[in-house]
Amino acid sequence: MQPIAATNDFVVKFANVNGSGSASANELFARCVLRMGVPVASRNIFPSNIQGLPTWYEVRVSGEGWLGRRGGVDLMVAMNPQTWNKDIAEIERGGYLLYDSTKPLTTQKLRDDVTLLGVPLTRLSGALDVSRPRDRQLLQNVIYLGALSALLGFEAEVVEGLIGEEFKGKDKLIKLNKQAVELGHDYVEQNLAGVCKLKVARADMVGDRIFIGGNDAAGLGAVYGGATVCAWYPITPSTSLAEAFTAHCRKHRVDPVTKQNKFAIVQAEDEIAAIGMVIGANWNGARAFTATSGPGISLMQEFFGLAYYAEVPAVIFDIQRGGPSTGMPTRTQQSDLLLAAYASHGDTKHILLFPKDPKESFEFAAEAFDLAERLQTPIFVMMDLDIGMNDWLCEPLVWDDSRHYDRGKVMTAAELDAGKPFARYLDVDGDAIPWRTLPGGHPTKGVFFTRGSSHDAYARYSEEGKDYTEVMQRLLRKLDTAKTIIPQPMRRAAKAATRWGAIHFGSTSVAMDEALASLEAQGLHLDTLRIRAFPFADAVLDFIGAHEQVFVVEQNRDAQMLKLIVNECGVDPARLISILHYDGAPVTARFITAAIAERMSLTRKEAAE
Amino acid sequence: MTYIAKPKFQHPGLAKNAVGFTRRDYEGRISTLCAGCGHDSISAALIEACYELAIEPHRVAKLSGIGCSSKTPDYFLGQSHGFNAVHGRMPSVLTGANLANRELIYLGVSGDGDSASIGLGQFAHCVRRGVNMVYICENNGVYGLTKGQFSATADKGSRSKTAVNSDSPIDLVSLALLLGATFVARSFSGDKPQLVPLLKAAIAHKGSAILDVISPCVQFNNNPDSTKSYDFVREHNDAVNRIDFIVPRSEIKVDYAPGTVETVTQHDGSQIKLAKLHADYDPHDRAKAMAYLQEHHAKGEVVTGLLYIENEAQDLHAHLNTVATPLNALGEKDLCPGAKALEAANEEYR
Repeated sequence: MQPIAATNDFVVKFANVNGSGSASANELFARCVLRMGVPVASRNIFPSNIQGLPTWYEVRVSGEGWLGRRGGVDLMVAMNPQTWNKDIAEIERGGYLLYDSTKPLTTQKLRDDVTLLGVPLTRLSGALDVSRPRDRQLLQNVIYLGALSALLGFEAEVVEGLIGEEFKGKDKLIKLNKQAVELGHDYVEQNLAGVCKLKVARADMVGDRIFIGGNDAAGLGAVYGGATVCAWYPITPSTSLAEAFTAHCRKHRVDPVTKQNKFAIVQAEDEIAAIGMVIGANWNGARAFTATSGPGISLMQEFFGLAYYAEVPAVIFDIQRGGPSTGMPTRTQQSDLLLAAYASHGDTKHILLFPKDPKESFEFAAEAFDLAERLQTPIFVMMDLDIGMNDWLCEPLVWDDSRHYDRGKVMTAAELDAGKPFARYLDVDGDAIPWRTLPGGHPTKGVFFTRGSSHDAYARYSEEGKDYTEVMQRLLRKLDTAKTIIPQPMRRAAKAATRWGAIHFGSTSVAMDEALASLEAQGLHLDTLRIRAFPFADAVLDFIGAHEQVFVVEQNRDAQMLKLIVNECGVDPARLISILHYDGAPVTARFITAAIAERMSLTRKEAAE
Repeated sequence: MTYIAKPKFQHPGLAKNAVGFTRRDYEGRISTLCAGCGHDSISAALIEACYELAIEPHRVAKLSGIGCSSKTPDYFLGQSHGFNAVHGRMPSVLTGANLANRELIYLGVSGDGDSASIGLGQFAHCVRRGVNMVYICENNGVYGLTKGQFSATADKGSRSKTAVNSDSPIDLVSLALLLGATFVARSFSGDKPQLVPLLKAAIAHKGSAILDVISPCVQFNNNPDSTKSYDFVREHNDAVNRIDFIVPRSEIKVDYAPGTVETVTQHDGSQIKLAKLHADYDPHDRAKAMAYLQEHHAKGEVVTGLLYIENEAQDLHAHLNTVATPLNALGEKDLCPGAKALEAANEEYR
């Protein structure tokens, strides 16, 4: 069996025990590759647990810049005896296994088509001068980083530089970590030189791109978007968004003189209270949001109906995870679409945004506050665990200083004094968006009563059918206005004319890009449309109309996006073909390519017969 | 319930308060509640309190949940913004509104179903946080709109036309004390002289002010076997004190026998003259207040008055260290760090 030889194109997977301090060493590994100028796609696969259960970190090194999961493992760093057999089975034929060789391998099963890279991590760590035994264990992670740096050919300055940055100001830690790196590095130089044919070669493929997680980026986007109130309840995988917002606020929003905060963050008693606070704050003119996941969206339903019907702005980040029920809290899915699109009892329809990566999460986060205030309705930013909790390589974040917040139709005291008529729910501009006033805004004019019970155009309680239907119909028309200002779908034409199309959205896009390239190499051409918001722009119907068959690629069991399209666009379902991936791991290019190629070839064959 | 539209005409000779408003300016729409409903008396007391305090109506935000009591914000302060939210969730909406603009006065109006059953969690947590508000529970022990089911504040053994309540009651006043409320009072809708000064003191209080107001339901819970009826409360009312609320720099008119009066000065300089009706009752001792309530409830008495007050209370904004300017008044310059800061932020992710 020939060992796999590859430069800048392979997958390394780390199998660890959670709580063992592996995360920072593994992340350092990914950043070393980036500093070598080679793109990486990294993903954490972790349990819903604090300590002791298996956790994995997968790093795809891709000189070509593919950022989706590839599938398969070329080099396994097996540090967890619990998952040893499964981890070894996952290695590609001709792959490599890095393990702690302090004790000889006796009982474990091994494969003869895998190259062994034994490094005595435990024994080597004995040379480190540490006070606590736990530190020695933590540093074993750094020793394997050192070993990998030698096996794969990292530049020494890259590793040293990153350690210096990581432990800036803590000289003792810098020294210890550098020593640990050297132990691993030197062991490989002396004992395993030339064994590994996987290499990272200096390239210039990263440019000025950044390596950032979607929750972090969205939290920063909320700061840029002018959010001042955040009410939230801890739930994986959304917690780090609220925490990121907190950190960014502490950095950017503390008054330098008074040291007082230009923000208010409340950890609520549950998701219901969180969305209640968001609605109260928005009603009172502050930009407010919550971050949650599917179970939270389920709990908030009644309030979504209130905000929709009473027309109160709100921004909700839904970091989707595997459902239903508690489901898979630490795995990814796109399975809240129907829940969010029609949230609450009665006739409702909500605006959903689908960012494809952390950069778009930043942009959509900021934009969501403009949209919420302009349209006076909840805006759902539909992220997922894959975007939210993994660091992605993406273009740098940008902000245009000439951009201004769109605070929507808020009638000011000056306008009221000038005699501008005010009726809270009257469509005076023909865009179905009425004017609102803020509490305390004017001593005698513009007061109204907000309620979730039926009301007329003047915000008066009414049980008249005519009053009720008038408001309900205007709410529908308001969504027509929404369609024209929410992010539009992005269409990409195939290199050759084709009757095939594919629709995708959100985190699927990175795998989709790669799948399209593979399909093209096989002579299979598809036009694609990346949906970025709901309700659907007319371009979605146009795209489907322009193709005989359209694949809809999504990460849920029930083809929720396809159903939304059929439901909202009146499309013949026979025109649409579902490609579904929902095992909790991010969809891979290999999976999409195989599924689409199979279907397209089948159709070709049928046509030939 | 009346069907007559309320005339907007006001007699030109009506007295005006310090900010130029008459009592009529603090009224709302005509109530649609049953004739004799205790809730209407509470609305009237609120109108009186706001008029006497010379509050500009637009500086008040009225929030409520769902139920008979939650309908009342439509019936007072017609020139204030109101928000009739969802059942049991007024506290969270009020908390959010308060975070957005710390300068307004927040009146949270709720009932016993809204606060003690579906909304018990939110009641507890907004009290814990010290949200600066006046939280009024119009407590009648029954669900009126759904025609007379017991609520969680109904005493054990209370009888309705068709049932006997066998569940233990939730006492919102005891709960508020336990959860750290800094102003706790109980009153009776039929005792306006007691209720109005309590409301005024609560409005001046900077923190969570909880008022449990027994407010009989004439339709479903005013029968002889109810502990929330007019007759029962009148007969068993154990008022621990009487208060007079004095705005800063105003003349003190009331005379009290020496040794029976204590002056409590609040944050804004306003004073509460507290006439003790029970020499041993100390409204500054949380633990003793709780014990007193337990003992007297066991005796079948309804303890009313200013039950607890913390003079130097702190509210949620103090805990969160928010700026003095209301958050909803901050502009782009305050909120958006700008392009340059973002370039620097990018650097941290390379």
